[in-house]
Amino acid sequence: MGDKHLSTQFDNELSGISTRVLEMGGLVESQVAQAVYALSTFSGDVATQVLKAEERVNAMEVEIDRDLSSIIARRQPTARDLRLLIAVSKTIANLERIGDEAARIARTVQRLLNSGVSSRLRLPVSDLTFESELATKQLRKALDAFARLDTEGAIEVLRHDDQIDQEFDGLMRKLITYMMEDPRTISSSIDLVFVAKAIERVGDHAKNLAEQIIYIVKGTDVRHNPVDAVENLVR
Amino acid sequence: MDTRVDNAITEKAKISVRDLNFYYGGFHALKKINMDLPEKKVTAFIGPSGCGKSTLLRVFNRMFELYPEQRAEGQILLDGQNILDRSMDVSLIRAKVGMVFQKPTPFPMSIYDNIAFGVKLFETLPRVEMDERVEWALRKAALWNEVKDKLDQSGAGLSGGQQQRLCIARGIAIKPEVLLLDEPTSALDPISTGKIEELVHELKSDYTVLIVTHNMQQAARCSDYTAYMYLGDLVEFGPTPEVFTKPKRKDTEDYITGRFG
Repeated sequence: MGDKHLSTQFDNELSGISTRVLEMGGLVESQVAQAVYALSTFSGDVATQVLKAEERVNAMEVEIDRDLSSIIARRQPTARDLRLLIAVSKTIANLERIGDEAARIARTVQRLLNSGVSSRLRLPVSDLTFESELATKQLRKALDAFARLDTEGAIEVLRHDDQIDQEFDGLMRKLITYMMEDPRTISSSIDLVFVAKAIERVGDHAKNLAEQIIYIVKGTDVRHNPVDAVENLVR
Repeated sequence: MDTRVDNAITEKAKISVRDLNFYYGGFHALKKINMDLPEKKVTAFIGPSGCGKSTLLRVFNRMFELYPEQRAEGQILLDGQNILDRSMDVSLIRAKVGMVFQKPTPFPMSIYDNIAFGVKLFETLPRVEMDERVEWALRKAALWNEVKDKLDQSGAGLSGGQQQRLCIARGIAIKPEVLLLDEPTSALDPISTGKIEELVHELKSDYTVLIVTHNMQQAARCSDYTAYMYLGDLVEFGPTPEVFTKPKRKDTEDYITGRFG
């Protein structure tokens, strides 16, 4: 981030932490995509892979947190270094929660398979795929903005969170219609409601990531503000 | 560099610095400094060597006047009175503005007399009251319990940390209003440093404390306000939590994050 410290070791520690955050972010991003793929293809194997990846995500969170404590204890960071480390601590908690949401979807797939629901059952799975593409795109944009410490990119993520929410509302209406038309789909439709909610939460976590980027760069805590207010605070 | 620093501090000012320039002969060491130092707060001065922070501290009690080639222009208002005014009595200023130096400087006399010496310059106290004053100062400086049984022994026999606390006790015994601390812990171990920082925290209920330190964490730990100086300019002055989490100026940020090169 910008110019160098007198201590190159400190620079290495900070950039090392940032790199691992991005690595963890990439991992959970593919976890979400895989989980939704597992659902759309009714693949138990892919669901199992998602659950396996969760262990790695959890381990990364613990490891990065441990290194954060160590850097804070040894370097006594201030100003933007301090803000970076605090933001990283919150960011990895959000990433871990995204991993949890992916695992939740994977477990739903396993349950659907075990309960004998087949892919022949007509359900709006492709709509879920669309919602998840929106969410993973948001996540990727947030991670890109983190890598470049780009506040404009972060604001864009905040601005687009609405899309996922709208998609979620639409899906909800659709699933309710399915349930009314054919009561045999009620059980699996409810499962899909939870999947849709999990994907919507991924979008929320991406938004939290974006807010942390603004905190790192500008030093302003923009949480709990509408997007327009955030733009005014930042520009 | 822009010297008009945004230093609008709302608290009551004990010392107001107005357009202060300072010269060592031909060398311009402080450049048009303007700031209001809040009363009964700790203000820390940080900055690289040669930035003028110790120079500024030495202007606050006219210590610089010991050297003929040094001169100050502008105003330093202590409760509204310009202490740079020639008509002001220097010893009166120093009774109000005490100073503790980087190296402990106990007088070559007993612990008791180290404290009583300064008091005698300004007040004539009966023995009992002097005893009380010495004990008060030593308690305030968190040294009483360690020296109460050897008050007649030489101050030079104390450890470095104890000597420094003795000097602080000596400084507060005359009941000044402002206490200047010039790198008070740079020669001390962490335990003694911790005690002095604790002391600084206690002292601010009665005094306005100004502390010069090279140790940025110390400034962050024990001050309410922080002033960052560079090459004779006051670069930034603000509440310590703000300066250390979200400094206004990039120069300040580079210095406190260790990007100064």
